[in-house]
Amino acid sequence: MIISIASGKGGTGKTTVATNLARSIGSNVQLLDCDVEEPNAHLFINPSFEETETVFMPVPEVDEEKCTWCGKCGEICQFKAIAVVNENILVFEELCHSCGGCWEVCPEGAVTQSGRELGVIQKGHSIGIEFIHGKLRVGEAMSPPLIKKVRSYQNPEKLSIIDAPPGAACPVIASMKDADFVLLVTEPTPFGLFDLKLAVGAAQMMNIPLGLVINRSDLGDDNVRQYAHQMGLPILMEIPFDRKIAEAYSQGEMLVDVMPEWNDRFQGLYYNIEKLVKQPGTILDAGIDCHKR
Amino acid sequence: MQELIVISGKGGTGKTSLLAAFASLAENKVLCDADVDAADLHLIMNPQVLKRADFKSGHTANINKNKCTDCGLCLDLCTFGAISDDYKVNPIDCEGCGVCVYFCPEKAIDFPENTCGEWFYSDTRFGPMVHAQLGIAEENTGKLVTLVRQESKRLADEKNLDLILTDGPPGVGCPVIASIGGANAVLIVAEPTLSGIHDMERVVQLANHFKVPAMVCVNKFDLNSDLTRDIENFARDEGLACLGRIPFDPIFIKAMVQGQTIFEYNSDAKAGVAVNKIWTTLSNILNL
Repeated sequence: MIISIASGKGGTGKTTVATNLARSIGSNVQLLDCDVEEPNAHLFINPSFEETETVFMPVPEVDEEKCTWCGKCGEICQFKAIAVVNENILVFEELCHSCGGCWEVCPEGAVTQSGRELGVIQKGHSIGIEFIHGKLRVGEAMSPPLIKKVRSYQNPEKLSIIDAPPGAACPVIASMKDADFVLLVTEPTPFGLFDLKLAVGAAQMMNIPLGLVINRSDLGDDNVRQYAHQMGLPILMEIPFDRKIAEAYSQGEMLVDVMPEWNDRFQGLYYNIEKLVKQPGTILDAGIDCHKR
Repeated sequence: MQELIVISGKGGTGKTSLLAAFASLAENKVLCDADVDAADLHLIMNPQVLKRADFKSGHTANINKNKCTDCGLCLDLCTFGAISDDYKVNPIDCEGCGVCVYFCPEKAIDFPENTCGEWFYSDTRFGPMVHAQLGIAEENTGKLVTLVRQESKRLADEKNLDLILTDGPPGVGCPVIASIGGANAVLIVAEPTLSGIHDMERVVQLANHFKVPAMVCVNKFDLNSDLTRDIENFARDEGLACLGRIPFDPIFIKAMVQGQTIFEYNSDAKAGVAVNKIWTTLSNILNL
């Protein structure tokens, strides 16, 4: 099963939920940090990294001896990444999307593939959790290809928990695609709600069942709950604001370690998600005491 | 004209609330929301939209079943896996590269332009504002960011305003790169958490990479004073100005719920005093 944890708004607690959920399950689980622009899950999970892999995406390289400046490559490229100007050929590899159009179209075989470094992937383990994350090279604009690469290490034999980036654009789509369940972590504020709606829209566009976690649930207003009710979205967990939680988070400490009662609650969260995935439309127990099994 | 972009690396450190507070203090400015993917500044600014326009960018392939002979060439060529075995394009996966359109021997693939979102020019109680909303699951975020920045500059020129205050997106990828390139300065709002420091370091590297002068302030500093000092030491080692510390204060959420800036909500809260000080230092640095 694949659970993707997203939010719309940044800083609502995606990483807190992803790491604590993984830790509470504790075995046969993978945590994939797909927030490759700003990966943070490792700061809480503290994995021992065993492997680092540099990831490249294919970009064109031109053999100027063979090039006849016919201009077909520039014509096919939608991203202005390659152009013939007079008797010069220019490649702007940072604009390339790796579609392969230029090397497919070149009649002289003058365009071949070289690589642009996207970033690195690191793999490791921590107490029963297989951990994988991507780190986008600073200065690199395109995160979706690196996210896809992180997700290529999903093991269907295990539960895969994905920590998604904020927003609702292409990096989030790449992190939600083909998930069995999207868990949206939000906060009960106007910003939280506005961005939550975008993330709900993204998950629904892909027909993925979803549920909510409301973090800092006692701050703000009641509009997120009303929205959840209107939309029929199950609220699977509420985490109240507690300065002790915020301070523990600041030091990279896990909620389930600082307040062990949360261990059961996260297990209960997983139990309910499993139920919703296996029996779509299940109505959870009245009163939604998902804190207990 | 000066253009200041507020960024953070990590999401949820308080960029938008801080920028809204600055809007209360700054004069003669244009407000710009460059976080087009999850734009929130309008929730405090309550803009009256004066002009609305579609944002068109990129294309999506669409196979015309009547002309398609199932030859399979497009399927082989698509490096994004966007074409299914029964020759349908999944618009979510289609990158708009046009390779299938170009090579289709039957010319059976249409390639219409996408409407990826819309952008607005508005009036607010704090002056003009340019903002946008990217469509859900859309691409081309960077181009929409570039567009709202260009429109903000045009507006500032036209109205003879000397400052553009821009709310930037989180992260270090495409939308952030589009937000900071060529700006006069970025203000990084950091929070004293391990995640906050980790993310701030990456966004500082990004600002250095694109040679944009960066400054730092610490929000919710009292959550962890040791890490606050670490942030400030890191900033000083990098030669960045530290503009000040803002305490954790529920007033930010209370004001947001009311659709107000913190100064409108309560003019003498402790967070307000800190923000005021930061703004004074900032305006001195920018010669406002």
